[in-house]
Amino acid sequence: MTDVSITPASERAPERYHPATKLGVTGFGFYVYLLSDAILFSALFATFAVLKTATAGGPTARDLFELKTVGLETACLLTSSFVCGLAMQAAEARRPRELAALLCVVFALGAGFLGLEIREFAGMMAAGAGPDRSAFLSAFFALVGAHGLHITVGLIWIGVLLIHVTTMGLSESYFRRLFCFSLFWHVLDVVWIAIFTFVYLLGIQP
Amino acid sequence: MTETVISTPTHLRTPGTDTRGSTGRWPTYAVGFAIAAGLTAASFVLAANHWLTPASLVAALVVLAIAQMIVHLIFFLHITTAPAQKTNILALLLTLLIISLVVIGSLWIMAQLNAHMVPMDQLMQMQR
Repeated sequence: MTDVSITPASERAPERYHPATKLGVTGFGFYVYLLSDAILFSALFATFAVLKTATAGGPTARDLFELKTVGLETACLLTSSFVCGLAMQAAEARRPRELAALLCVVFALGAGFLGLEIREFAGMMAAGAGPDRSAFLSAFFALVGAHGLHITVGLIWIGVLLIHVTTMGLSESYFRRLFCFSLFWHVLDVVWIAIFTFVYLLGIQP
Repeated sequence: MTETVISTPTHLRTPGTDTRGSTGRWPTYAVGFAIAAGLTAASFVLAANHWLTPASLVAALVVLAIAQMIVHLIFFLHITTAPAQKTNILALLLTLLIISLVVIGSLWIMAQLNAHMVPMDQLMQMQR
């Protein structure tokens, strides 16, 4: 168990191993958390898939979902994921001002996504298609709501990161937190791919 | 012994991520973004139009979704098959195994239960 290849052999100094860095250990731990989060989402997906047809005579996916809203939400989230990657670059190049500006863009796009989602949920509830209407809608709100909740947490996290970089600048521990955030944000985008494909795009098919 | 082989600052070397800096280079992100956006647009265009038969549309959307996830993993999360990423890949594969057990298992069990269920009208007859 001594040779867990953390760095490729060619990169290692000849005489000794590099100990795992703090960023590496934190990053890996957070990555494992994100994988467990993916398992949580898979349980919600399984629930939704089982209850998809249990509409109890209420509105179906075809009656409720609008492709335009979903498309806009997807565009917001995909672009914010890209800008988050650029923010990581800015942090690595030690450009705090650029980083703060890019984080603001990530926040704006994330907030745009959340706004669209809240409007969609409110519209559905107003039309009598709330989570209490049918098993299908309960599963829908649980799944998409769990994702929305993650996005909300992400937005709070960006806020904290913004305050941190503007008041205290870029430290090593800051970079570690930013790295974890970027992993979190990218994984939420991956979960959204599954949601818009399996819930929305396949849901509206006759 | 001088460590001339090390080209990045120590704090950026991380297990499971690119050792040339943990976050890749911006053209990588731009390429990934372009491919992901193209695949996403393809999904929406296919779903909105009735060019394909229902079964082939489902297959196409599933394939497109998997392709998008792989693009995100490679270009945004920098998961590759490099030997340095062994632990990451193993964790990811175990997660995929658990996810497929949860999803396929649930669908299978519930479909079986549904198929063996006494139809509702017969159930009402029996209760009479």
